[in-house]
Amino acid sequence: MKKIIKSIGALALGAMVFATSSLSVLADEKSYTYNYDYWGDVQDSPDAYTVAGVYTAEAFGLDLNFKSPQGMFVKDSMIYICDTGNNRIVQLERTGPVKFEVVRIFDTIQGDTEVTTLSSPTDIAISEEGDIYISDNGNARIVKVDSDLNYLLQFDLPVDSTVSADSTFQPSKIVIDTAGRVYCIATSINQGLCKYEADGTFSGFVGATPVTFDWMDYIWKKFATQEQRVRMTSFVPTAYDNIYIDHEGFIYACAGGMEEDDLDNGDAAAIRKLNLMGSDILVQNGEWPVYGDLYWGEGGGYEGPSYFTDVTVFENDIYVCLDKNRGRLFGYDDQGKTVFCFGGNGNMDGYFRQPSAIEHMGHDLLVLDSLDCSVTLFTPTEFGSLIYSAVEDFDEGNYEASGESWKKVMELDGNYDLAYIGIGRSLLRQKKYEEAMDYFELKYDDENYSRAYKQYRKEWVEEHIVVIVIVILAAFLIPLSIGKVKKIKHEIDIADIFRA
Amino acid sequence: MINALNKENFQKYIDSLRFALYCITHPLDGFWDLTHEKRGTYAAANTILFLTLLVRVMKLRYTSFIFMTVYWEGINIFLYIASVAFPLGMFVVGNWGLTTLFDGKGRLGQVYMACCYALTPYPLIQFPLMVFSNFVTVDEAEFYMVVSVLSLLWAAMLFIAAMGQIHEFGLGKNLLFMVASLFAMLVIVFILLLFFSMISQGIAYFISMGKEIMFRL
Repeated sequence: MKKIIKSIGALALGAMVFATSSLSVLADEKSYTYNYDYWGDVQDSPDAYTVAGVYTAEAFGLDLNFKSPQGMFVKDSMIYICDTGNNRIVQLERTGPVKFEVVRIFDTIQGDTEVTTLSSPTDIAISEEGDIYISDNGNARIVKVDSDLNYLLQFDLPVDSTVSADSTFQPSKIVIDTAGRVYCIATSINQGLCKYEADGTFSGFVGATPVTFDWMDYIWKKFATQEQRVRMTSFVPTAYDNIYIDHEGFIYACAGGMEEDDLDNGDAAAIRKLNLMGSDILVQNGEWPVYGDLYWGEGGGYEGPSYFTDVTVFENDIYVCLDKNRGRLFGYDDQGKTVFCFGGNGNMDGYFRQPSAIEHMGHDLLVLDSLDCSVTLFTPTEFGSLIYSAVEDFDEGNYEASGESWKKVMELDGNYDLAYIGIGRSLLRQKKYEEAMDYFELKYDDENYSRAYKQYRKEWVEEHIVVIVIVILAAFLIPLSIGKVKKIKHEIDIADIFRA
Repeated sequence: MINALNKENFQKYIDSLRFALYCITHPLDGFWDLTHEKRGTYAAANTILFLTLLVRVMKLRYTSFIFMTVYWEGINIFLYIASVAFPLGMFVVGNWGLTTLFDGKGRLGQVYMACCYALTPYPLIQFPLMVFSNFVTVDEAEFYMVVSVLSLLWAAMLFIAAMGQIHEFGLGKNLLFMVASLFAMLVIVFILLLFFSMISQGIAYFISMGKEIMFRL
């Protein structure tokens, strides 16, 4: 008897251990792509992107391996990669969905200039006319050449009272706007982006990050001696890490390495969208700030907030930030809501070792890894494509089509907040207010809910105006008339003529 | 006879409940009469407390999400109720414990009754407000906020008035003892923590001793 009880107990215990362990395995298995919901909980999500290929120099058919490549630029089907360590630039053309051909490799330029070789090019940009701008870091210049590599112009150290004339100019990242103005990030210049006119003259700094400082440090500094003050950290703007100019001419600038506290209380922004005045106009209507991962606990040897090292902006205003710290990509829509998060550090396809640049070609994403010396090509999955078509349809005014796409997205992922809000917004445009309210309420979108409710309430009042007036009148008249009747009754009761 | 008594009791209960409305509009006079004229009943006090807790729980579900988004996974209804009831109980005990040493005239039950009566504005305002919240947009949210805060301020004011009248304290002494009561609450929490951790240590000791004996046998 005892044995039976014991064996049953052991069986039950075994079953329990098995059950809990299988549960924990399920819980541990995180999907490659995830998303943050309203509460900031991580929600597993279907993949928005899959790896179409990982290309090393060999796969591209190059003679030399990449050596710590830093910059990348995409124009139409052309890809320019700055092979920084080899002092050259590789131009590739995408000839098929997963096929690339080398167009040319160049390390020299021609024309009327003293230095014709490139030295550690860190970034490249191509203007509408086809002129090539190269951030020639080792030669302390930004050089402008035409499409046949003939020297046209060069941009040197900014002439400004705040910049010491004998310091070396170290341009790292550049963008050019439609008017041919050059915006550049240079190492050791933290006054903002260096802005040059099309004719090569320096015209000022734009968009410096706001200075953040610690109050305790500030007070200490007040009491410190001159010598101590020199040793203390100075309160200066953080230099940007990378810039991107979108199709509307707004500059997206990302600055990694922000202090955790500053990010948390909103003093610092990981990414800024700069207008012509250099002020930040990035819309942050999401529940969570645009700074990548919400949880910065140590895991797998990585800690601290996401470090945005590059950003790229689609034509539909969704922008993708590249996190160097955990090797992840974060997509945000024009409202600052998370569209997708995926990636990680590692050696598998779709994981990175030290990602340094991201570009997009259509809806595809290209990520350059400077340590792995490879380019990873991501193509959107059905899920990703549906999100894009929903967003684009909405922007074009095809609200019903957008709603249909969002519904398909919701079928693929019922935990995808944007789908609910998307359906709601499409219904709102179709004047189906009551249905829209349901969708907004499910995902706690109070702004849109209020918009829908306001219309719904207005319609309701207009429809029931007769009933409302009757009710209000009744509320006033009935007590009044009751009082009147009682009074009359009372007068009748006490009237003399009825007293016999 | 019994029927008549019940009817009389019921009438007394209704009257005392209605007296809560007088208390909140005439705090000084009302709370004086509450105990000195015996116009309050425990039944009414319990009812008001129950309504307060009920409205607080109902708010979770029926307030518009514009004002209150609830993370249902994190809600424990008993803890949620205790978050009001427990501090209230501690305040009552702490306040009585202190004032009884310093000429406070209120007895424990009277302090409890007065506290419950002081809660009246909460269900009275929050319930209609909860219904109202479903008919507003974010632009009109300010109305809700203001009224909501007013209900809490009103209740807080009533608390102070009630304690002063129950114990027959002047304003200064009353405020002093309100603050002192808060410290008394802290002391109670500390002692409870100490007590429970000691108890759990003690139980753990006997459990481990039992286990040891089982292994040895």
